[in-house]
Amino acid sequence: MGKSFSTYETAWCPGCGNFSILKCLKTALEELGKDPHEVLVAAGIGQAAKTPQYISANTFCGLHGRSLPAAAAAKIANEGLTVIVNTGDGDSYGEGGNHFIHAIRRNVNIAHFVHNNQIYGLTKGQSSPTTSLGHTTNAQAYGNINHPLNPVLLAISAGAGFVARSFCGDQKHLVAMMKEAISYKGYALVDILQNCISFNKVNTFAWYRDRVYYLEDDYDPSDKIKAMERAMEFGDRIPIGILYREERPDYHEMNRILAGREPLVDQVRDPGTVRELMLELV
Amino acid sequence: MYNILVGGAAGQGIDTTVSILEKAFKKSGYFVYTFRDFMSRIRGGHNFMVIRFGNEEITSHSSKLDGIIALNEETVYIHRDNLKKDGFILCDSSLKGDFDAIRIPMADKAKELGNPRVAGSISIGAVLKLFSVELEYAFDIMKDHIKKDYIEINREAARFGYDSVECRYPHTGGGYKDYMLISGNQAVALGAIAAGLKFYSAYPMSPATPIMEYLSRHGVKAGVVMEQAEDEIAAINMAIGASYAGVRAMTGTSGGGFSLMVEALGLSGIAEIPVVVVNVQRPGPATGLPTRTEQADLRFAIHASQGEFPRMVIALRSHEDAFYQTARAFHIADKYQMPVIILSDQYLGDSTSTVQMYDLSRVPSTAPLVSCEDDEGYLRYRITDDGISLRKIPGKGKYFVTADSDEHDESGAITESAEVRRNMADKRMRKLEGVVKELQEPEFIGDENFDILLVGWESTYGPIKEAVKILNSEGSQKYGALVFGDIYPLPTKLLTAKAAMAKKIYNIEQNATGQLAGLIMEMTGIKCDGCILKYDGRQISGEEIADRLQKLLRKEGL
Ligand SMILES: Cc1ncc(C[n+]2csc(CCOP(=O)(O)OP(=O)(O)O)c2C)c(N)n1
Ligand code: SF4
Ligand SMILES: [Mg+2]
Repeated sequence: MGKSFSTYETAWCPGCGNFSILKCLKTALEELGKDPHEVLVAAGIGQAAKTPQYISANTFCGLHGRSLPAAAAAKIANEGLTVIVNTGDGDSYGEGGNHFIHAIRRNVNIAHFVHNNQIYGLTKGQSSPTTSLGHTTNAQAYGNINHPLNPVLLAISAGAGFVARSFCGDQKHLVAMMKEAISYKGYALVDILQNCISFNKVNTFAWYRDRVYYLEDDYDPSDKIKAMERAMEFGDRIPIGILYREERPDYHEMNRILAGREPLVDQVRDPGTVRELMLELV
Repeated sequence: MYNILVGGAAGQGIDTTVSILEKAFKKSGYFVYTFRDFMSRIRGGHNFMVIRFGNEEITSHSSKLDGIIALNEETVYIHRDNLKKDGFILCDSSLKGDFDAIRIPMADKAKELGNPRVAGSISIGAVLKLFSVELEYAFDIMKDHIKKDYIEINREAARFGYDSVECRYPHTGGGYKDYMLISGNQAVALGAIAAGLKFYSAYPMSPATPIMEYLSRHGVKAGVVMEQAEDEIAAINMAIGASYAGVRAMTGTSGGGFSLMVEALGLSGIAEIPVVVVNVQRPGPATGLPTRTEQADLRFAIHASQGEFPRMVIALRSHEDAFYQTARAFHIADKYQMPVIILSDQYLGDSTSTVQMYDLSRVPSTAPLVSCEDDEGYLRYRITDDGISLRKIPGKGKYFVTADSDEHDESGAITESAEVRRNMADKRMRKLEGVVKELQEPEFIGDENFDILLVGWESTYGPIKEAVKILNSEGSQKYGALVFGDIYPLPTKLLTAKAAMAKKIYNIEQNATGQLAGLIMEMTGIKCDGCILKYDGRQISGEEIADRLQKLLRKEGL
């Protein structure tokens, strides 16, 4: 313990939910005793995706929507890195929706923190895949007619082993969820309800605060059907906590080249291999 | 030199028959070059493969056939015009069509032996006998192609075929039995492994899929993680992510997948993360002709992605290039921290050739530009004279490795400063000055005192080589050719010198718009006088080039 992560001046709007998410990320990493030099914070593009810019760690800010494959591959290359993806709902569920589903299937040991403000912040307020029906924006001038996606339900049904939901306004809870997700072995999703003060006037800080409630102490996150029922609650009441959790082998344990070996980046190949492969072709 | 065609419908087992035959010819000492022509279907249609073999180097397919092994009548009708005067047709006795043929009751005998699928082995036995090749070679090879329980019956079948015919062509010797028989795609995979590839991600797409299949099967031995991505966007972003984390990484696809990778080429460019991308070209646009060949992605590879950043494009000319140039691509990508695009195509990727075991001492050693030394003040994008900033591996020491697709300053922090932007754009483009110094000039083929100069690139190398040989032995004019491997940036020294000597210059390309000629014009002002273009999805042969060029010259009164 005792390693500290620095954070830097941000370009976010005062009152934006991203501030507390950044703060919680720093706290979670510090409480887990992580060394900043062994942490990789990755993101795509968006307001949330600026998170890596504001924390002292290794960082990878790739393309809009494409951070999951890059982050997973970085982890495949070097198991020694703690890999966290901090990015937006548009980035994760819209532009990168296909990668989201397949990151779940691939089950590489990374944590995915989605700053879900139900809007495209960086591009000034168009609807995102989680924007509610009827929500008017500059690009949905007569209200959003596309049904919102339920990311936690989708994740559970797609086979994710760790699915949680939290709220930027409950820092204690968010830190706990982040720590659990980072410690979980495999792909872990935390969908973080985040207010966007500038562009989402529907799902405000108060809107979320008045609706979120903790999953009960005796809630059993290993019951998938129950988990899906609770994941569907998104209205007057929104449960937060670990919705679903299941232990199973991650990508590294399943992969013949990685399982039980040193990180790929450190593996040294037998120089005779290429000759052997050539001889097979003679 | 002999040339035989094996043809039939998809699903009739041509692939196995040809794989065993080509290996048996090679084991008997011959140089072998097999060209594969597929239709994009799993059953039916017409597929054929042409095996050309002899006691000297062969660089191109040929349409003049010594024999046709027809698994159906259609094969005979489509190809019999290409049969040489004393050529033969070999087929099953059930093919009653009106043509002379060596008919063997293959289907009946196979049934009698207890398995209709061994008919192919009967034809293998017969073909080997016709060309005076010992049957033992095929027996040996069957071990690798046929399940253990079926080997005996296949051998019996081959023996029956062998005994059914007489020797027709003498064995002309040849010293190639210890050479490899390798496809262009396999050679790319092997070159990558030799360069230290550790991560390959791809989405299946003909004709690039054999690369991922080879790496999947042999990855365990070679220590390569082969991951099938959900799409080509993921494939290239994975390769870039793995490369960022310090392992050599590659992705491969054909034009459609390459189109999806375009944005990420720019990510590699601006974030200065090395990546090698193989585009095994097929005819476009869109889905085009999925299993056929073309060289129409040259301009696309050079210009793909928004903005400006350094890159290199290397075209593979042969089964040697496929290995050595792929290995070199990693060296260049690492050294200059940028994308290197390798252009291959279906013709080269799927055809197999006899190749000497590759010389591993010719594989460039890892560029010494990665460091893991502690450095609290490390600047990932430090401005330098040559544009290259020291690369470090994240997680290996006390420093932070940043990467950003936004414009950034030396530390990697995003910025909109006009000055930083200028400096960073200049820094990145300066790397190309180094690349230009290491460019390999095109290979010159032919007569040093040529009148006519041919220019080409990539897989037309072999056919052009054969064409120049034919032309120089026939006409009164003398011919030379330049075939480009390194193609972007375009090496211009040898081209400028040779063009100055040429009476006429013709570009030979497997596309409709003469993309190389356009590039040459743009970079050197040299204008080609005429062109031979082919864009029907079928590779041009040496004979076809020679023939078309002679006609063209005659028309022009030369
Ligand atoms: C290929 C591509 N398309 C579109 C954009 C423009 N763009 C950048 S961020 C973004 C949406 C961001 O929304 P979200 O991921 O929810 O992040 P937020 O800003 O809300 O945190 C869009 C559309 C882009 N950068 N790249
Ligand atoms: S636009 Fe919204 S998400 Fe972006 S910084 Fe402002 S409040 Fe936060
Ligand atoms: Mg958003």
